[in-house]
Amino acid sequence: MASLNKSTFVRAFASYLPFIILFISVFNEFDFNYLKIENFSFNFVYILVFYWTLRNPESLGYLSIFLAGIVNDVVIGTPIGISSLCYLILCAVTAYIRNITLSPNFVKDWFSLLFTMVLINSIQVIILDLIFLIEISYISYIVNTGFTFLFYPAFFLMFNVLSQIIYQKKHD
Amino acid sequence: MASGRDDFVIAFRSAFLKKKDKQKFSLLSLILLSIIVIILSNINFKPIQLMKIGINEIIYRFSFIISTPENYLKNFTLKINEHKNLFENYKNIKSELKNLKEEQITNNFLKLENEKLRNLINENINSDEILAKVLIDRESPFLKSIILNKGTKDKVKMGMGILDGVYLVGQIIEVNYTNSRALLLSDLNSKIPSVLAPQNIQAVISGTGKNYGIIEHTKDDIEEELKDKYAIIYTSGLGGLFKPGIPIGKISKDTNNKVEFFSDFTQLDYVKIISFTFGDKK
Repeated sequence: MASLNKSTFVRAFASYLPFIILFISVFNEFDFNYLKIENFSFNFVYILVFYWTLRNPESLGYLSIFLAGIVNDVVIGTPIGISSLCYLILCAVTAYIRNITLSPNFVKDWFSLLFTMVLINSIQVIILDLIFLIEISYISYIVNTGFTFLFYPAFFLMFNVLSQIIYQKKHD
Repeated sequence: MASGRDDFVIAFRSAFLKKKDKQKFSLLSLILLSIIVIILSNINFKPIQLMKIGINEIIYRFSFIISTPENYLKNFTLKINEHKNLFENYKNIKSELKNLKEEQITNNFLKLENEKLRNLINENINSDEILAKVLIDRESPFLKSIILNKGTKDKVKMGMGILDGVYLVGQIIEVNYTNSRALLLSDLNSKIPSVLAPQNIQAVISGTGKNYGIIEHTKDDIEEELKDKYAIIYTSGLGGLFKPGIPIGKISKDTNNKVEFFSDFTQLDYVKIISFTFGDKK
């Protein structure tokens, strides 16, 4: 009985892992600023949302992504709603890719992420710079996009392992 | 050609409008909601502002709790680095202390003289200080700010200065009931009226989004004037928010005309929120 309860708990926990990681990352906003590496930043949330909504859309609800965006805006201090809009545009692109793709291809996905990030960062820059008149560093956006693109394969492998664990647990 | 366009329309419509799998809301409805939130959050309407303050209060507290493990890791990394450089630091501090003791004797006299002169022209500057703890110091690459654990209930107001010891580090840009957000000097949107000493040049110190600042709105030939020279930057007091003479940073030939801030913004733990009243007002 105890082992049955334990396995149910582990299964439930595993299926909520992408959701938990998403909220920890927006509340915590991994920045590695204490490492004092100049011109280094990457957007972990973009990678997370892109991977899970593309490969396992049932693991992350759009509403939770919307709420994560609100949290992210409050934590970093940008006008509320901007990150939600960006994350949801990312979801729209992944939903579109899923609809037009029969067999997933990693390289195509990887470059789609780059294209999407350029699109959503452009939207973010337009809203912040031109509408809210908040001065922003274009270089920071380019660096952030570049490192996010470069780190995607590493996180892709990690999330693949996690995904296998989740689905193994679900099918057990 | 027509079928290709149809496929695109079907895929596009399906992506935006259909509620698939376990999704309770369609993407289009949530995207529209985000746009409404963006518009509403910037309308100066009291109920919306109160709701925004409530959201901020909750999220800041959660963020502080969730950041605890990362903060522990950060402090641990710092402690290791401090131990590694212990002997080197000791030697530097020893020589610095000797110089400072010498300077202090001169400064004490100057301070007294300054006070006398201010009294003569009937100029009094009073300050109120509130000690605050830094709850969150998420230095996003796009916005450099910190969250403090003091808000309107502690009489914190917009525009108040933030000091780390005696050094200026930023100013309050958002106030909630129990907490507030301060924009750091390193942020691109930070502009502080300053004076460069001993050259006595008026300037505005602007953040760059990195860990240094730049000099703006000053003399055209400033680069020539500062070439191979050392200058300390203080607040000028113009604008009336800060008193004159709060140290901000320094420029030397090693810093290549970039303003090196005195305070390390990644190490802020406790800060002072300060406001000034000028003249006879208390």
